[in-house]
Amino acid sequence: MNRFVLPMAVFVPLVVILAIGIRHAPEKDIIASPLVGKPAPSFSLPDLADASRAVRSTDLKGRWYLFNVWGTWCGGCRAEHDTLLEIQRAGVLPVVGLDWKDDDTEARAWLQQLGNPYEVVAVDHAGRAAIDWGVYGAPETFLVNPQGIVVYKVVGSLTHDVWTREILPRVPRQPFPGS
Amino acid sequence: MLPELGHFALILALLLAGLQAFFGIFGPMFGRERWTSAVPPAVAGQFVMVATAVGCLAASFIGDDFSVRYVAANSNSALPIFYRVSALWGAHEGSLLLWILLLAAWTVAVSIGAARLPRRFAARVLGVLGLVSFGFLLFTLATSNPFLRLDPPAGDGADLNPILQDPALAVHPPILYTGYVGFAVAFAFACAAMLEGRLDQEWARWTRPWTTTAWAFLTCGIALGSFWAYYELGWGGFWFWDPVENASFMPWLVGTALVHSLAVTDKRGLFKSWTLLLAILAFSLSMLGTFLVRSGVLVSVHSFAADPARGIFILAFLVLMIGGALSLYAWRAPLLKSSAGFELGARESLLLFNNVLLVTAAATVFAGTLAPLVSDALKLGTLSVGAPYFNPTFMLSMLPLMALLPLGIHSSWKRGRLSDKQRTLLMTLALAVVFALGLAFGIYSHGQVLTPVGAALGAWIILASLVDPLDRWRRGLSLSRAVLGMSIAHIGIGLAVIALTTVQSFTLERDVALAPGAGTAAGGYEFRFEGVAPIEGPNYDGVGGTIVVTRGGAPVAVLKPQKRQYWVQHQLTTETAIHMSRGNNLLVALGDDLGAGRWSVRIQIRPLVSLIWLAALIMAIGGAVASSDRRYRPARAVQEAAAASAVGEQAT
Repeated sequence: MNRFVLPMAVFVPLVVILAIGIRHAPEKDIIASPLVGKPAPSFSLPDLADASRAVRSTDLKGRWYLFNVWGTWCGGCRAEHDTLLEIQRAGVLPVVGLDWKDDDTEARAWLQQLGNPYEVVAVDHAGRAAIDWGVYGAPETFLVNPQGIVVYKVVGSLTHDVWTREILPRVPRQPFPGS
Repeated sequence: MLPELGHFALILALLLAGLQAFFGIFGPMFGRERWTSAVPPAVAGQFVMVATAVGCLAASFIGDDFSVRYVAANSNSALPIFYRVSALWGAHEGSLLLWILLLAAWTVAVSIGAARLPRRFAARVLGVLGLVSFGFLLFTLATSNPFLRLDPPAGDGADLNPILQDPALAVHPPILYTGYVGFAVAFAFACAAMLEGRLDQEWARWTRPWTTTAWAFLTCGIALGSFWAYYELGWGGFWFWDPVENASFMPWLVGTALVHSLAVTDKRGLFKSWTLLLAILAFSLSMLGTFLVRSGVLVSVHSFAADPARGIFILAFLVLMIGGALSLYAWRAPLLKSSAGFELGARESLLLFNNVLLVTAAATVFAGTLAPLVSDALKLGTLSVGAPYFNPTFMLSMLPLMALLPLGIHSSWKRGRLSDKQRTLLMTLALAVVFALGLAFGIYSHGQVLTPVGAALGAWIILASLVDPLDRWRRGLSLSRAVLGMSIAHIGIGLAVIALTTVQSFTLERDVALAPGAGTAAGGYEFRFEGVAPIEGPNYDGVGGTIVVTRGGAPVAVLKPQKRQYWVQHQLTTETAIHMSRGNNLLVALGDDLGAGRWSVRIQIRPLVSLIWLAALIMAIGGAVASSDRRYRPARAVQEAAAASAVGEQAT
């Protein structure tokens, strides 16, 4: 073989490997999220409904819950709001909100206007808790199991498909006691 | 309005890049003089449009326009103005835009500098650059548009990722990208030469300053990234063999080989097809780095938000550009014959070794970086490759490279005899060995087998690099900037070797049990433990220790390492405290509570760690000096070339 064709002969299998790599990328993304399989970060933050009360991660232990990072300034959050309300209606597991770097008054108005899908909303003005959770940009949603381990993470807006295909199958079917 | 204007400018830039590519490549091919002459205006127009787009995005950042999705996601009204500007390239979309801007700027520079090149050739170079730019613009507009609006607009932005709010990391991407993009110029020169089917020594002289400048920027960019990782991530390491670090390091290694192989092509008309291949490889690896970082194929702490759709686009682009260039290479490179021969031991053969070793090093890094991917593709399970693989394999090619470097500097072209330089080489080697033994057994009383070897090689390189400039200076002879720059860069390499050897060998690690008020001495410093106090954070509590560091009684620093306990899972984390003193890096961490106020304390002293980055800076300065040599200046090129080859056969 002509030695000048050699570089091309090396390049072709490389492209094949990279192409396979892309196909696998979505699954890898899930494993790659550093938090998946690890304990959810702990926090103690003021409650949006009543700033004198605290929302603590300790209080959430012992049941499945969705941890949803949102803000009124975030377009993707508006887009996923209907899905969150659908999840609330399904009654399978509670949604805990983290209102990220937001204005409290605006946030309360948003929930009043659009409906409140959250069991409780923790307020993270400084963005400190979001850093602990490794949040890149809102919205992001984490599925946490009763042992407090993060099971699954969704980056970007939740959709009906993600809810029924990715989240629901991971949660054992038993209605949670409403609160 | 501004975002729409920017968006529109970007679309115009795409069209102009398309015209630039079309006229630049097909004008010379079909001998259409008017097509060829349309290329420089298209270059200028494209630059103006891209600069307008970047200006519009910057204005949106500075003016806190949170109706722009990208601004809302990466900025905040409380963010200082400096970071609001650097936030522009803080995430995927904007960093691509920066890439395109720098490419457009380089293209304008090439277009101005190309005034002295044959018109057809210059048009082809600009055409290939236009093709690269077209691909990136299309990618941005199709998958990563930074000008998309947000409806309803955000009240405030999500802020720039806090770890990016740092001066070193704000300037890191522009410098690094300038290096990457610079290799696009070498790539375009290579493609143009293959399209012409002709490559002469003059071609190498045109290409050299661009390549060396790009190399210098890349050196700076990598060093800045390493510096940031060192003090911000706080693990006391300066290089982690992380996929993204490797992605910038591979083009650097191949680029270094290219700089040297171009010297041979320039001076002796040899290594032609090899030089072409290296030029293609250096840019291909830069683009591969872009692919790896942005496609989600490899996961790294530095990764951008992954998106497979983007990955497919970049892969298609890679196949077109690299595949196209390699096909051109397979077709045209056999035409490029060089007839001159050389002896073993001549500078040509030493530079050949240099090239082989550097490319081998790049290949080992490449293999290690992609091994997890291959193992995954073949379903062999998840594989992790780290320092235990990279360190020894990398050393295997670096040790002979360093050992041959002083010989290379003092060898002559064509002739293999080193006899007239034997005395100089032996003298400098002897001095270097004395230095190394002094370092290994005098100053520090311990070390490893490779310590004296590494130190001796580093010192030998520095001494051998100094001989020629000093000799010329003593005899009042002129010293060309090319030779001066080469010597400076090689001194930088020598310093880097010494620094790396010292850090690897003489890092002092001590675990001691200390009661409050007690102290210990290590590496000439005294560490006094003042005890611990409770601390509380937003989601953790724990203890913070205070350790007073003195040297001969004089205060050096007060270090405050922490031990945090996160509330729910009772997970413990250790926060180290770092201080730089006299080139030594002092690192202190709290270990276990031994009861009765006693704690185990870990102390690390890393000597000369700052010299690593200083050495990189010296290398980059050497590159900058060398590429400013008069030989490469446009005017009077012919006379200069004649004069330079008359002045010194020694010049690189």
